[in-house]
Amino acid sequence: MTTNTPQAAQANSPLVKKRGLRELLERGMNVLFFLCGLVAVAFVLFITVYLIISGLPAIQEIGLKDFLFGTKWASTAKEPEFGILPFILTSVYGTAGAMFFGVPIGFLTAVFLAKLAHPRVAAVIRTAVDLLAGIPSVVYGLIGMTVLVPAIRVAFGLSSGATLFAAMIVLAVMILPSIISVSETALKAVPKEYEEASLALGATEIETYFRVSVPAASSGIAAAVVLGIGRAIGEAMAIMMVAGNVPNMPSLFKSVRFLTTAIASEMSYASYGSLQRNALFSIALVLFLFIMLINVLLNTLLKRKKNK
Amino acid sequence: MQMERRSARRVLYDRVLRGLLYFSAFLTCALLVVLIGYIFYRGLPNVTWELLSTEPSVLRDVIGILPNIINTLALIFGTLLIVLPLGVGAAIYLNEYARSRRMVEIIEFATETLTGIPSILFGLVGMLFFCQVLGWGSSIRAGILTLVIMILPTIVRTTQESLKTVPASYREAALGLGSGKWRMVRTVVIPSSIDGIVTGCILSIGRIVGESAALLFTAGSASILVGNLSDLLGNSGGSLTVALYMYSMERGKIEVGFAIAAILMVLTLLINLAAKWLGKKLKK
Repeated sequence: MTTNTPQAAQANSPLVKKRGLRELLERGMNVLFFLCGLVAVAFVLFITVYLIISGLPAIQEIGLKDFLFGTKWASTAKEPEFGILPFILTSVYGTAGAMFFGVPIGFLTAVFLAKLAHPRVAAVIRTAVDLLAGIPSVVYGLIGMTVLVPAIRVAFGLSSGATLFAAMIVLAVMILPSIISVSETALKAVPKEYEEASLALGATEIETYFRVSVPAASSGIAAAVVLGIGRAIGEAMAIMMVAGNVPNMPSLFKSVRFLTTAIASEMSYASYGSLQRNALFSIALVLFLFIMLINVLLNTLLKRKKNK
Repeated sequence: MQMERRSARRVLYDRVLRGLLYFSAFLTCALLVVLIGYIFYRGLPNVTWELLSTEPSVLRDVIGILPNIINTLALIFGTLLIVLPLGVGAAIYLNEYARSRRMVEIIEFATETLTGIPSILFGLVGMLFFCQVLGWGSSIRAGILTLVIMILPTIVRTTQESLKTVPASYREAALGLGSGKWRMVRTVVIPSSIDGIVTGCILSIGRIVGESAALLFTAGSASILVGNLSDLLGNSGGSLTVALYMYSMERGKIEVGFAIAAILMVLTLLINLAAKWLGKKLKK
């Protein structure tokens, strides 16, 4: 028997037993935390795989070309057509419009916050920006629907104000906080020496900010814009309430449907297993690809900033 | 003296841009004031005790949002209960345990990707998996699990940030006294970063309160009071945001929509204040 060897005797002593237990606990916790870390990876894989599996069948049935470049969406017609070009273009135009209105105001506010504002004023504005970011999207939608849409109808003499233009304005307001806070962070990271050198050479304060600080922070500001694009393309509920929801080819004063609202507006009544429903999942897949593209772009921009 | 004077063009450039800077900042603030003012003006008069304390009934012709309030609370508590251990655990792994740089990069890439995915896609996948594959139908529990996927990055990021502020000397002291790694994490690291974890919770509550697209297809839109917890979790239930959408879009009850919007705004204000206050405390 080996129980008489000194080692075995030691292993039976309470102290060592406790140490063995402790080691087991340590290993166990290590594994447990590792698993927690893997959860996020699992979620991403899960979502990706699910969207691909559920999105492909309808694309195969309709044909990739007809699906992506078809200009007519008539999912419930007798001879249904599933062309999502109107949705893709609406999302692209709508986002571009939101950028057109939102980026200049957001960017200038960020410059003001980072450079010009008195610390106390800056604190107040920052609180305002945080609050704007916290307002739920349905609340933006509600105000858009009750104030903006009627105003557009009257101002442009339309039969309905629920248009692409209304959606652009709502989106512009909604992306404002992300653009402001990301650009502000980038502007603040510009080394003081750059600005001091410019001031010493006789440039005015404003000239220094726009010709030295802004170019130095350009990749961070670009990241802010890309983040805003991602937000705008992904927004659903607010524009559902203001864009009128008709699958027209996009035009500034027509009712339109975005990629997101195309999914949301028919999902509740599309019958299980039907081509209509599967086509909605295919739209989701297209939206997902857009978002992944934007994410990659955002990551490279942020990395570039870090490496500088 | 003429040499020192700036050219008219430069003066103009300076003035115009300065004006634009002030104007933009003013516009941003004015936007918020007008938005909040308008919501309160239209909403607060409609917030009555009856609205807050009853369930909607066609027979008695009343509209109440008590079920939606309860649903929202259930979604908040349920989600935090699951996502907190997962998120804090993931952050602890990233900051304390991870040895391979590559693994950290993969996990951080995954959380960043999750942050960028629009909520309607979470709602879609949640509906496909929880409601259909698992056969739960539209239910609060499906909503909770969908929100867990969505909120995870927020908790991981805020926890990670506060873990980074715990001085290395604390850890060295604990290890030097003979504590094991887990004991060090439990007794030194987590308590020192508790403020950051709480901030993460508050930010998450803010996101859950404001979420609508992901919930519409997973938790549904019902407004019925139920008797016990398992009925609450197993049945369809609309949050406040979903109720706002339903009342104002599908049923044309704009005034109820504004009342809910006013309540949501008050909640947003409170959540922001709490986060600010904690953030200040954290810096000290």
